[in-house]
Amino acid sequence: MALKTEFNLGTDSDALFNELLQAHEGLSREQSEQLNAGLILIMMNHIGESGIIREAVARARAALDA
Amino acid sequence: MARYQFEPFDYVTPPELSGAASASAPVIIVGAGPIGLAAAIDLATHGVASIVVDDNNVVSVGSRAICWAKRSLEIFDRLGVGERMLEKGVTWKLGRVYRGDREVYNFDLLPEDGHKFPAFINLQQYYVEQFLVERCADFPDLIDVRFKNRVLSVGQDETGVTAEIDTPDGAYTLRGEYLLACDGANSRIRRQFGLDFEGRHFEERFLIADVEMEADFPSERWFWFAPTFHPGQSALLHKQPDNIYRIDLQLGPDADPEEEKKPENVIPRIEKIVGGRPFKLDWVSVYSFNCRRIDRFVHDRVIFVGDSAHVVSPFGARGGNGGMHDVDNLCWKLAGVVTGDAAPGLLESYNDERVHGADENIRNSSWTSRFMSPEPGIEMAFRNAALSLAVDTAFARRVVNAGRLSVPCQLADSPLNGDDAGGPEVPQKVGMVALDAPLSDRDGRPTWLMNQLGGRFVCLVTGDAEAPADLPGGVELVRIGRGGFGDAEGHVQERYGDAVYLVRPDQHVAARWVAPGVDDIRAALARCAATIAA
Repeated sequence: MALKTEFNLGTDSDALFNELLQAHEGLSREQSEQLNAGLILIMMNHIGESGIIREAVARARAALDA
Repeated sequence: MARYQFEPFDYVTPPELSGAASASAPVIIVGAGPIGLAAAIDLATHGVASIVVDDNNVVSVGSRAICWAKRSLEIFDRLGVGERMLEKGVTWKLGRVYRGDREVYNFDLLPEDGHKFPAFINLQQYYVEQFLVERCADFPDLIDVRFKNRVLSVGQDETGVTAEIDTPDGAYTLRGEYLLACDGANSRIRRQFGLDFEGRHFEERFLIADVEMEADFPSERWFWFAPTFHPGQSALLHKQPDNIYRIDLQLGPDADPEEEKKPENVIPRIEKIVGGRPFKLDWVSVYSFNCRRIDRFVHDRVIFVGDSAHVVSPFGARGGNGGMHDVDNLCWKLAGVVTGDAAPGLLESYNDERVHGADENIRNSSWTSRFMSPEPGIEMAFRNAALSLAVDTAFARRVVNAGRLSVPCQLADSPLNGDDAGGPEVPQKVGMVALDAPLSDRDGRPTWLMNQLGGRFVCLVTGDAEAPADLPGGVELVRIGRGGFGDAEGHVQERYGDAVYLVRPDQHVAARWVAPGVDDIRAALARCAATIAA
């Protein structure tokens, strides 16, 4: 299976984006970093396919230069 | 239990200096640590003589390498000291990982039975060296161990190697066909050859202490991230024989080694861990570590083995065990080359296979090091996220990296591998070390599969498979079932199925078939460059 790059979040996308921001409210920079790291680890495990995870990392990294 | 008594070995004036008939051996081994001594014994089991020289005259002071993995024990068993090590050592297979004072994860390194050796034993390096020195004495015509013989320089030409050696009686020159540099992490020969030791240095400092005390701690490996007795740092506890405990404490990058080594600084740290039990300090050292290797392990007739070729952090027991993999891999090949049974090109496969193994060890060791001492910032964030998740979330326990312990190196891509012609779907694969299993011999006495393999090429026939009627020269038939050894507990069937395996002298499976002809086996042997004389 390849990494999905088409929209896949249904009707909740704005709500989910907002909930991500809310989860960070009131956190120090350090806590925020750990929260993000934990989220990434949880999602990485949920995906469970190394090819997709590597593609996702590469795509996010490439986007830094966009 | 009495503490280990260090007895110096006798220095004997070498024959080159005493006027006695000059000794000669095809292989010169520099370094009488576990690796050099094991290499001498392995070569001797193939009938190849060696002279082992070492600048010291006593076994390792301090326990140093203590965790000996199952695979190393199988190799030591082939060399004749495995059972003695098992008897003296502390057997363990369970590791526990704590965050703070709470266990977040434990792992069982050998969850199945039917193996002669356990996942690990802990045994001080000085015992291993002593057992090996004593085993060398069983080969008086093939092994000449010379203490207080310091190698000054090494040279080579098209026909052999030359070592300039200094002794209390003066200097002399040794000539041989090949030289094994088993002279450790600070290898003088590596430096003389000007070889780059490439890799990474880790700034983190660690205190290592052997503590003698009466305690009833179980035989397990305990690892703590940030325990209350050592806030913010990691700690590791191992049990050794003679009521000795190994304690490793992370100190951070700024610790002063000389200060930290002082008993007045060490003792309060230990007191916090052992909780009021009386103890004695046996050995203390402060270290930082490197993960490095040289580019090539074979330099014509000079071959690097063990720490002289590659070093790792201790958190994975991949140093001493990695070196034993080297010995196992090299010695049958070198013996073949020296006796003319194999072409010198076979030594290149030692380079290929053990560079592959060293890279695996360095990779695992580096990953562990990075998890244990992350850079501040995002590395720390990921590390702490994994540790926090591990408390309640199962997957994260296996993300936590407190050491990935030495396992047998897989040689799936080795150029020496031959056919894998179909065959059953079983755990045993081509390129893997053979899996052990309990057997019964013709008289019904229990024995082990591993004790039937190794030291020569074996055609292993399991279950209903058939070997060709005539095997090529130099290959010995070992049959399990149908008139051969009994498959005592069914583990051979489960691990090997019905098939024919060609097993190398280092107990690795080189090829597999369902019903091979003699030419198939001959071709697989030729790949191992082992049939020149046949």
